[in-house]
Amino acid sequence: MEKPFNNRAWLLVVPVLVVVAFSAVIPLMTVVNYSVQDILGPDQHVFVGTEWFRKVLRDPELHGALKRQIVYSLAVLAIELPLGVGIALALPMRGRAASASLVVLALPLLVPWNVVGTIWQIFGRGDIGLLGVAVNRMGVHYNYTADAADAWLTVLAMDVWHWTPLVALLAYAGLRAIPEAFYQAARIDGASSWATFRFIQLPRLRGVLTIAVLLRFMDSFMIYTEPFVLTGGGPGNATTFLSQYLTRLAVGQFDLGPAAAFSLVYFLVVLLFSYVFYTAMTSAAGREAR
Amino acid sequence: MARIELRGVGHSYAPPPARAGGGRGGPGGETKWAVHPLELVWRDGGAYALLGPSGCGKTTLLNVISGLLRPSAGRVLIDGTDVTAAPPEVRNIAQVFQFPVIYDTMTVAENLAFPLRNRGVPRAEIQARIADVASILELTPDLRRRASGLSADMRQRISLGRGLVRKDVAAILLDEPLTVIDPHVKWQLRRKLKEVHESLKPTLVYVTHDQVEALTLADQVVVMNEGRVVQVGTPQELFERPAHTFVGYFIGSPGMNLLACTLEGGAAIVDGQRVPIAEAIYARAERAVRDAEDGAQAGRAELRIGVRPELVRRVAEGGEASVRAEVVQVEELGRYRIATARLGAQIIKVRLSEEEPVAAGDALWLELPPRWTTIYVAGRAVAADGGE
Repeated sequence: MEKPFNNRAWLLVVPVLVVVAFSAVIPLMTVVNYSVQDILGPDQHVFVGTEWFRKVLRDPELHGALKRQIVYSLAVLAIELPLGVGIALALPMRGRAASASLVVLALPLLVPWNVVGTIWQIFGRGDIGLLGVAVNRMGVHYNYTADAADAWLTVLAMDVWHWTPLVALLAYAGLRAIPEAFYQAARIDGASSWATFRFIQLPRLRGVLTIAVLLRFMDSFMIYTEPFVLTGGGPGNATTFLSQYLTRLAVGQFDLGPAAAFSLVYFLVVLLFSYVFYTAMTSAAGREAR
Repeated sequence: MARIELRGVGHSYAPPPARAGGGRGGPGGETKWAVHPLELVWRDGGAYALLGPSGCGKTTLLNVISGLLRPSAGRVLIDGTDVTAAPPEVRNIAQVFQFPVIYDTMTVAENLAFPLRNRGVPRAEIQARIADVASILELTPDLRRRASGLSADMRQRISLGRGLVRKDVAAILLDEPLTVIDPHVKWQLRRKLKEVHESLKPTLVYVTHDQVEALTLADQVVVMNEGRVVQVGTPQELFERPAHTFVGYFIGSPGMNLLACTLEGGAAIVDGQRVPIAEAIYARAERAVRDAEDGAQAGRAELRIGVRPELVRRVAEGGEASVRAEVVQVEELGRYRIATARLGAQIIKVRLSEEEPVAAGDALWLELPPRWTTIYVAGRAVAADGGE
């Protein structure tokens, strides 16, 4: 039988198109528009083509921020994923202890971003902060406002503290979904706990871990508030990540054209990385499904 | 190859009841057994079925044998060694689960190798064992495949293979392994299982709630109900001499006729009609009734007369020692038909051959052959041949 064609079906899609147009397409097009114009005043603008794109792509400051950003995001993934899975494995699976530990674990997730920054700003201070004082007492010189490495590590520690619980909760949910029979079969087969993890738990966590990787990558790649509150991007440029650089460009210097061009590049970079991660993780699953 | 003994083994999932003052005997003060303490011996190389309705404790008992569960009471012995406290990995027991467990990031061959690798078996030996088991289970062409996206019967064959691959395996426990398999491959797999048992002779314990599976696979069937073993016997014994009304109606399709009756003058009286029964059974039944009534103050022991629909005989009208029943319904089942008839206020089912004319409303004269007729006192059959 032939499929019936009816052009009125398009009407059904119109509401979604309108919503998407206002929420995504039109704002994005405004940015595209800015990125190819030189705005001189409220009513003065000149079309400049790809000039801003060429400018921002050659900007050494931006290269530095991008490099820092990539290293930072990879470090976040490399720490938070294994740590989150480890925590999930260590959590009790049932009983009152399970719910209690989940609540405690989720606490950092409830703290607003700028408050996280403030907490760590005080926590890390060498004169009154618990962390700062403790580390300095141990004989390690630590000052995140002056030392680039210290600042960098503090921002990283802050992210780990803030977001590892999310990974742990996702992994915990994934672990809970594994049927008991798998563990029973593993015991019958004499599997060690490493073998059980490697061949039962890890493969069955792939779905939630894919989500965790994407969420943590995108989030950390766009990090703004916490380093802004903690270090303001310093010392020097040590903790100036992409979104901070962008804000400085757009709001600080009011360079709307270059900022718009840079926004688009930024957007494409996030999209590209997410696509690569997603494809890598799902195609690994697909290979196994064949 | 092993002999498995369960000595007073019982299990309760609830924590032991708190020892409150004077708690004994009170409602809720007693242990809630999932499996009541029982004695069972599984002979070396035997094929056993553990049959019973869902929730009767079959799987619990299986998990106790394999060591996944430590029983709350009693001891488990394998070849005379007490293994009650031993974990499953040291028990040399293989278990196949209802929903096949496959390690789907491995190939089929790696799946089969897994139990051996975990035990540090040398590589060459692993290869040889895999080849053997794969040929038995017809998995050889698929060995290099990844073990994901496979059909249910193949998955179940692989998980069976993981059990067979271990040379030292003492017993194979199967927990309703065929429930998720399509009907048309079910019989192939069942035949495969039977072949495996005949060639390798492991002790086989097969849990099922499907009587056909139990009766075709096992030499001995253990029937369980509500956490208790109600009868252990060959399929024939279970069919001909059910020891308990539960076995009577659970096994057979339709189940045994169990009619309420009273005893009088060497016969059972079913709604006013006399059914002669064997002398020995009658004597024992009377005694059992007396014992039951003396023992419990609860009142009269329930009496039922039991006979299989297949063994009830239709006789000529007014035939000697026959009872009259009126046909209510006739079910055509191909080669035979089942007539449902009213005997007084009770229902009796009779299997008739397809040639015999019968229709709803007809009067049927039935003989209940004393040889195949048993009296049940409070659910238990009166033993025809000696000790109670």
